[in-house]
Amino acid sequence: MAYDGYDRAPDRNTGAADSPITVKILIAGGFGAGKTTLVGSVSEIRPLRTEETLSERSELVDSLNGVEGKSTTTVAMDFGRITIRKDLVVYLFGTPGQRRFWFMWDDLAYGALGAVVIADERRLADCFPSVDYFEGSGIPFVVAVNRFDGAHRHGLDSITGALNLSAGVPVVACDARSRESCRDVLVTLAEHAIARHHERPAPQPHLVR
Amino acid sequence: MTAVQASHGEWVDQDAGPVVRPYALTGGLTRPSGQRLDLLDLVRAVRRAAWDRPQLSPEQAELLQRCQMPTTLVDLAADLDLPVGVIRILVSDLRERGLITIHRPQPPGFSDLKILQEVVNGLRRI
Repeated sequence: MAYDGYDRAPDRNTGAADSPITVKILIAGGFGAGKTTLVGSVSEIRPLRTEETLSERSELVDSLNGVEGKSTTTVAMDFGRITIRKDLVVYLFGTPGQRRFWFMWDDLAYGALGAVVIADERRLADCFPSVDYFEGSGIPFVVAVNRFDGAHRHGLDSITGALNLSAGVPVVACDARSRESCRDVLVTLAEHAIARHHERPAPQPHLVR
Repeated sequence: MTAVQASHGEWVDQDAGPVVRPYALTGGLTRPSGQRLDLLDLVRAVRRAAWDRPQLSPEQAELLQRCQMPTTLVDLAADLDLPVGVIRILVSDLRERGLITIHRPQPPGFSDLKILQEVVNGLRRI
């Protein structure tokens, strides 16, 4: 695919052996659901800050007293890498799931393989916006119920119902502190993305720019 | 825009925010030229000889050092510990000077099942 404004890219099928293939996976969920823990459990975590324009909604939240000229804010993001081989790297990006951060999601969603929505059973509604986002954008996603305290409050079926998920969206239990558990979530997501590929053509993220 | 002022004898720690404002690192540029760059766009230095230019900032010189091999924008931001917005501007400027190239590989997500299968197998091994 050609991208206007970019330099001619060597095709990875015909050379450019030193250009890595990158795969993007998004980690979503409400505040405190376990995004940072999951990224840290399963990947080489790296510090990342992003400067983004304040949306009208966030201006209501962020106090701008004394800095009225300020129109951007610096946001910390969870960012981790999984090196599968030297030239095949999976990038994990976690950001807050609230609607007011959707301007960041549009940027992040470009080309994403899929997303993990982390759900906390005690505050299930916190992940509604993330579920809405990925259903709307057509990005394959799985719901990972973070049972870090070992308590099983609801069956996975009832969570599927409560989230009103489309048929076929995997819902799995996980412990975000466990590398193996998080790895299984990512494998489930990647397999789900492959299955979705067989079902229908590639979805496009809805980009708002 | 107000300047950061430290009064006599007052220590400014990290909680005060960055003492050097981001625009000071970008030569006053506040937005990148050209198309918005994606986090996973690959940046690569083109010419060794061009590095010694005195007008390059230390940050730009370090960027050039770090992208001798194709490197993602987001890795550069993490390597230099600078916000992504600052890296976007620095990279755009370097590109206008002809010192780097940028390319956006097509995401393998839905185009290449062989790679996807490799991802699944690779993840199983971690």
